[in-house]
Amino acid sequence: MRVSLFVTCLADQLWPAAARGAVQVLRRMGCAVEFDERQTCCGQPAFNTGYRPEACALARRLIEIFESSDADAIVSPSGSCTAMLHHYEQLFEDPGWRARARAVAERTHELSAFLVNRLGVDDVGASFRGRLTWHDACHGLRDLKIKDEPRRLLRRVRGVELVELPPPGAETCCGFGGTFSVKYPEISVAILDEKVDAIDRAGVDAVVSGDASCLMQIGGRLSRRGSAVRALHLAEVLASTA
Amino acid sequence: MSFDRDARAALADGQLRGALRHATTLFGERRRAAIAEVPDWEGARDRARAIKDETLLHLDRYLEQFAANAERAGAQVHWARDAAQACDIIAGIAARRGARTVVKSKSMATEEIRLNAALAARGIAPVETDLGEYIVQLAGEEPSHIVVPAIHKTKGQIAALFAEKLGMEPSDDVAKLAAAARQALRRRFAEADLGVSGVNFAVAETGTILILENEGNARLTTSLPRTHVALMGIEKVIPRFADLEVFLRLLPRSGTGQALTAYQSLLTGTKRHPADEGPEEFHIVLLDNGRSRMLASPVTRQTLACIRCGACLNACPVYRQIGGHAYGSVYPGPIGAVLTPQLLGMGESAELPYASSLCGACRDVCPVKIDIPAVLLHLRAQAVARGGSTGTRALLERLAFASYAAVMARPRLFGWLMACARRLHIVPPLGAWTKWRDLRPLAPRSFRDEWRAGLRHEGGR
Repeated sequence: MRVSLFVTCLADQLWPAAARGAVQVLRRMGCAVEFDERQTCCGQPAFNTGYRPEACALARRLIEIFESSDADAIVSPSGSCTAMLHHYEQLFEDPGWRARARAVAERTHELSAFLVNRLGVDDVGASFRGRLTWHDACHGLRDLKIKDEPRRLLRRVRGVELVELPPPGAETCCGFGGTFSVKYPEISVAILDEKVDAIDRAGVDAVVSGDASCLMQIGGRLSRRGSAVRALHLAEVLASTA
Repeated sequence: MSFDRDARAALADGQLRGALRHATTLFGERRRAAIAEVPDWEGARDRARAIKDETLLHLDRYLEQFAANAERAGAQVHWARDAAQACDIIAGIAARRGARTVVKSKSMATEEIRLNAALAARGIAPVETDLGEYIVQLAGEEPSHIVVPAIHKTKGQIAALFAEKLGMEPSDDVAKLAAAARQALRRRFAEADLGVSGVNFAVAETGTILILENEGNARLTTSLPRTHVALMGIEKVIPRFADLEVFLRLLPRSGTGQALTAYQSLLTGTKRHPADEGPEEFHIVLLDNGRSRMLASPVTRQTLACIRCGACLNACPVYRQIGGHAYGSVYPGPIGAVLTPQLLGMGESAELPYASSLCGACRDVCPVKIDIPAVLLHLRAQAVARGGSTGTRALLERLAFASYAAVMARPRLFGWLMACARRLHIVPPLGAWTKWRDLRPLAPRSFRDEWRAGLRHEGGR
């Protein structure tokens, strides 16, 4: 199967290990991976802050870029940016653009959902030593309904002990919310601290998630609080064969 | 109003946050347990939403049908364009009936029109009879939750309040506190000349209103005084009596986690015979106050499907931290953040649509599947397009997004700028982030650089 990587700007610039991990895992599963270097940002920051024309312009770009590829699927190491692509249709009034947006969205999958639901794999042949917990990133969980997929993949990684987060639990928001995290930093961190307290109580080596944005938020607070718990992207764990 | 400032004050209030954490968690758990008993919860949500959508598409027709049937049964129906007109109508009825004391059961619509202040200004004493509302009124505050008005208060604070205002022995025994309130309120019921209630649902085909409650105070409010006035937003109407079934399944479970509230009062018109019990006059005030504006677009229209259960407040990570008062609006939480700017206009409440991390927990728990994040985004786009805000922060934000869009449309410029930032160790001025969180530095090498350096080839590392 031929896969076009939708890298996302965050993974590209801040968390390349996630993008590299995605490429490695996809290749291990027999996919040929291509990457179109014209891609930058999907426009979500603009869309979520109310800058529709700016978001629309970036949406058109990315639709054209992915239309130019005849890959079987577009795969991203981000639930949030995948969900943004699935929202593209509502940015347009023009029926032509709506149809084009829908066609690209239908080909676009978040990494764990692609591996489990499209390729039908649970075991990606990874090994990683550690006690881990999973954080459900909101857009993956609620927009794309991804819940079991990453857990199934992590449970089959040799050496991994997966534990669920104690209350308020894996499904609660980490408080990031894009520009929300800097518009209302005190509220954002108050929400975050409940998450980080739960991670501390879980007694894990690392918290794993499918979005670099949540990981920046959670990881940034963990390290500020002097915690030894690491923040890891799912693709990093799945790529590991150590 | 400053959402930001009030939210920070709330975050510094340890008692408030303790009370909120306890109560929102409890209601969340009860809701989960209650909906687990319903065989087809999703189907019920879809049916309820379809009924609301159908009603809102033909709202004029259903309202006229409701009004005609209510009048036929003996009620007097009044149409109020806005809050001021609604207050005038109700105060006018009170004056004509010579009312000096008005008992009220729980109603967010009366909060919305600031009825208590309007009555007090005309020398009429409004008395809240719902326990939570009573506590809030005694404290000189406003409700901070649409179903649990005093959710922000601890038992200890209520005990101190009752000791001060009702002269009771300080006690944090809940039964004693409730008994003291009941004793004080029974006297007020006996002397009240007029009862004001809200409405949960209004049935077009019969002219019936339904009121749900747990304390029996709404039943007293609507039956003991000689006159009953019910205030309802125009979105409360539903077409058929049989439609109540699905809403009764959804509302108590979503709001308080109950299979059904302790009381359900169905009221149709006035008493038929002089010897019957109940008020002599029954008035229904239909309130628009900005609602018909929301009908224009399907995105905003769904706001009117809300049945005021409060589940979105309990589920919202923002509400759970700061409570209701920080929103500075009658309706707080996620539904308040979409409802208030639409009722009052953006000017006063342009901050509210931004008071959300867009996590979507509100949409998941909403019994009528309102896509609150979509409405929030719609209102954010309106706020930006309106360009009302001209402060330095707003201008900087505009500039930042214009530059962002320009750079992101040019991949080579983007790559070059990021390479410069990497080489020169440029850190963005994000004090709002770094005061509490470490900022992840740019990776030594971007993915696109790794790709070019060899990862592009099969087997490349």
